[in-house]
Amino acid sequence: MTYDAHFRVWRGDADGGDLQDFTVEVNEGEVVLDIIHRLQATQANDLAVRWNCKAGKCGSCSAEINGRPRLMCMTRMSNFTEDETVTVTPMRTFPVMKDLVTDVSFNYVKAEQIPAFAPPEGVAPGEYRMAQVDVQRSQEFRKCIECFMCQNVCHVIRDHEENKEAFAGPRFFIRAAELDMHPLDAGTDRAEFARDAQGVGMCNITKCCTEVCPEHIKITDNAIIPMKERVVDRRYDPLTILARKVRGKK
Amino acid sequence: MTTTRSMPVGTGSPGRASIAARTLRKDNWWRAPLVTFILLAAWVIYATVRVFFQSAYFAPSEHYLSPFYSPCVTSSCQNGSAELGTWFGHFPIIIPYAIITLPFLLGFRLSCYYYRKAYYRAFWLSPPACAVAEPHGSYSGETRFPLIVQNAHRYFWMVAALISILNTWDLIQAFRPEGHAFGFGLGTFVMLVNVAMLWLYTLGCHSCRHITAGRLNHFSKHPVRYRAWTWVSWMNARHMQFAWASLATLALTDGYIALVAAKIIVDPHVSF
Repeated sequence: MTYDAHFRVWRGDADGGDLQDFTVEVNEGEVVLDIIHRLQATQANDLAVRWNCKAGKCGSCSAEINGRPRLMCMTRMSNFTEDETVTVTPMRTFPVMKDLVTDVSFNYVKAEQIPAFAPPEGVAPGEYRMAQVDVQRSQEFRKCIECFMCQNVCHVIRDHEENKEAFAGPRFFIRAAELDMHPLDAGTDRAEFARDAQGVGMCNITKCCTEVCPEHIKITDNAIIPMKERVVDRRYDPLTILARKVRGKK
Repeated sequence: MTTTRSMPVGTGSPGRASIAARTLRKDNWWRAPLVTFILLAAWVIYATVRVFFQSAYFAPSEHYLSPFYSPCVTSSCQNGSAELGTWFGHFPIIIPYAIITLPFLLGFRLSCYYYRKAYYRAFWLSPPACAVAEPHGSYSGETRFPLIVQNAHRYFWMVAALISILNTWDLIQAFRPEGHAFGFGLGTFVMLVNVAMLWLYTLGCHSCRHITAGRLNHFSKHPVRYRAWTWVSWMNARHMQFAWASLATLALTDGYIALVAAKIIVDPHVSF
């Protein structure tokens, strides 16, 4: 079944731009990325769009479709009625480069700041031994495809550009949680790092990151809140602070 | 936490795609925060009226005590309702009879990770919905007073767990109607459901999950705590549902007991 769909696509760059109207052919079984590619091939040859796997695993084609952060390759056209206008814009939290492509280097800067995994002294690579039950929490976070939609939707930086320096964002809270919960990570105190360097206290747990995650990672319940509780252990709970001191922990 | 927005920031920041609209969402994104606002406000109004009502909270022959009045520890309490004894003299109308528990229950719900999401969205619009710009000019989250107090949630949880034991005791008393060794009625069933919901909500708390075993990195060394963590995690995954269900059963239980105590309805009851 083929029909002509009405699309509004944001076109422009950092100096300005606007939503432009297009009518594009849609065939059965197609996704939004297919339509963007057809638009690029037939009407707007210089339309910039970032994409790679078309399978929801590379995290490249993140955009906002009808105002909601989504992967274009995983958004079926059958979600929309034939007479519905589909609006596609770049992610609105990051600087735009051209059309649907944004500069996501903010995320790489934040990633670089996280101290790497450090095994206990005397344990060399190849000697790591862990029970499955001990690593399964961290494994959930390894599903992240770095589409950065959680970063894009987080109002702490989406609505407040000035917070970008102090706030790392949900994608990097799950990285901190992954390492802090890791049975063999003996490096940095990740909870202190999450508080002081990543700004986990700024998160007010409104769960938008969890809502948009295409990998269905329970970012808030399984990473951010546990990290907040670990921060409480170290900073706000006098009983656990005392217990840690008695046991000689930092 | 925030101040009112006075100039374009956020999605209007230099360098971002120039889109004037606060959101391009076309769905009814406002419906969820609106429903949350109405339901939470209605519940708070009902609960406030009831805790200051100071009558129709105890049905002596059935031995039903409203959860909003448990424990009743003042000389003003109706005969038979002061299960823990009389600790204080007469209370004026501005002091709830259950003053020793209500502030902790309020603190528990206010600092609950689920309710925080609910009221930050519905009351403070921070944000009202995902990808909908919030109307505040600055934001510091939970890093400063007063919101930094949310970090005391685990202490409120501990007191709330003790109060749930008290609610369970009230339920046991409801199986012992006046003049009989054992009995039960529709009110007993209503209280039973309420206590079940309160436990499911309280034990599903994120702080409980952390204390049970969440803070550990080696589950394999603590199999009992790990098993408990898996149970708590099951409840925690349904924390929102149990949060709303327990609010509903609290109001329902109080309302039912009020109607029985005021003799507006007769409780279907069996005694032995």
